[in-house]
Amino acid sequence: MNPILRARQVNIYYGDKRAVRDIDLDIAPNTVNALIGPSGCGKTTFLRALNRMHDLTPGARVEGTITLDGEDIYGDVDPVSIRRRIGMVFQKPNPFPTMTVLDNVVAGLKLAGIRDRGTLLEVAERSLRQAALWDEVKDRLNTPATGLSGGQQQRLCIARALSVEPEILLMDEPTSALDPQSTARIEDLMSDLKKDVTIIIVTHNMHQAARVSDTTSFFLIGDLVEHGPTDQIFTNPRDERTESYVTGRFG
Amino acid sequence: MRETTPSVRPRHAAGASSRGDGLFRGVILALALAIVVVFVLALYQLVAGSLPSIERYGFAFLFRTTWNNVTSEFGALPFIIGTLVTSFAALLIAVPLAIASAVFVTEYAPRWLAEPVGYLVELLAAIPSVIYGLWALFVLKPLVVQLGTWIFYQPWIVQNPSLKWLVPSNLAGLGLLTAILILAIMVIPYTASVARDVIRLVPQDQREAMYALGATKWEVIRSAILPFARAGIFGGVILSLGRALGETLAVTMVIGNDPKIVSGLFNPTATMSSIIASEFNEAVNNLQRSSLIEIGLLLFVISVIVNYVARLVIARITVGGTS
Repeated sequence: MNPILRARQVNIYYGDKRAVRDIDLDIAPNTVNALIGPSGCGKTTFLRALNRMHDLTPGARVEGTITLDGEDIYGDVDPVSIRRRIGMVFQKPNPFPTMTVLDNVVAGLKLAGIRDRGTLLEVAERSLRQAALWDEVKDRLNTPATGLSGGQQQRLCIARALSVEPEILLMDEPTSALDPQSTARIEDLMSDLKKDVTIIIVTHNMHQAARVSDTTSFFLIGDLVEHGPTDQIFTNPRDERTESYVTGRFG
Repeated sequence: MRETTPSVRPRHAAGASSRGDGLFRGVILALALAIVVVFVLALYQLVAGSLPSIERYGFAFLFRTTWNNVTSEFGALPFIIGTLVTSFAALLIAVPLAIASAVFVTEYAPRWLAEPVGYLVELLAAIPSVIYGLWALFVLKPLVVQLGTWIFYQPWIVQNPSLKWLVPSNLAGLGLLTAILILAIMVIPYTASVARDVIRLVPQDQREAMYALGATKWEVIRSAILPFARAGIFGGVILSLGRALGETLAVTMVIGNDPKIVSGLFNPTATMSSIIASEFNEAVNNLQRSSLIEIGLLLFVISVIVNYVARLVIARITVGGTS
């Protein structure tokens, strides 16, 4: 299968400091891909390069090529249009606190100029169902989003990202601020979602990577040490550093 | 038994510090009470001074439109209107400018430009109002005169009855518009500096959430940053409003001090504070003096009400509050 996303010789710098070195990575469509590694290994830095979030960080620079469906996302394209195609869910749930549940879900559609209330409601329901949140919030769509629990807020953020129908969904440790029950719900969700969207998830939790992902990439001090099917990475890694990490000898 | 052991314990120290604590508490309490006492005394003085006028006019004082030293007829309505109109019109001009300056300083300007611009905007608050008044006389007034003159020669305005409020009654340049403009400039720094601080405090993940949905920078500012910061910005607006309601000297210098309900944008009128400032020392009789004090009392009451309402609004719109 042709990769949906392809990274070649990606280097990311903060000022003079190189945080990520020479990454080559292919992501197949409709898969869940985990990026794992100890703190400071560059996995989040790499993830944020994929939707041009580093454009917002003064001093950050991305070199190399990253293509989405064959198109260079750092080429002659508007980063805004890239971010519409590559959505993102963050470490901490970050709903817009002044908006209602409904307004949060459709915030991206409103940015795209969609105003028709029927369409907005329809997309909101679809996205909330995808995020397994519909049944819990269908009677409180017009209440403030801050009234939801942490786990519900994170699923709201997932619904918000899904509402614009991205091709890829980036998740930056999406469950690190949640309790085990909410974490389990979001993990269950991921395998359902991959029929619609390709997921790339940064996780600190190896068990989570093993549970949810099809492929796993192990990062260490800015290098991509090993990338392969999750089964293989966890049961039969080729690199001994990977083995040390997945068996819990460091990290 | 107990009396035999304590010789080594730092008894004196403990006693001294608890005495010190008591003293400190007493001093703090006295200072805190002093503020309340000053407030109550001020209110008492205003009410006591207003009694002759209150006895004479009662509640009607608020709605009486005559202010005549010769016939000794007094009423507060022209000044209440003058104060409210100048203050809110000044806010209408100042708030967009102040928010724009805060957004520029926090989101657009490079660091080397942001700091001096932010500092200069804040410096506006440090300029004495008499300087603003002089500047308004030398700079704003001639501009207002020019504009008024231009309008005077526009038949489509002059002959249009519904635009009567735009036609100047005289071309002295002293009146409502000049007062509004100088007030607007004077109140900008309060909203601007508060807005700047609260915009800086908007969490990065709020901005990123909006960017990640495919927002442009302007959309991030409009849909994520300003809504998140709205309660703080509104607090700054209230500071500006407080300043505008009470500002006396600069307004007195340019508003024309005509004790009539304002009849047009270019026409002279007076505000509550400007009428007190310009007439109190030359008050011809007790009733006029008392009426001026009552206007002071009303200004006091209006300020308190504005602040109270503002607190209610801020509590309602505060992010994470009980909305």
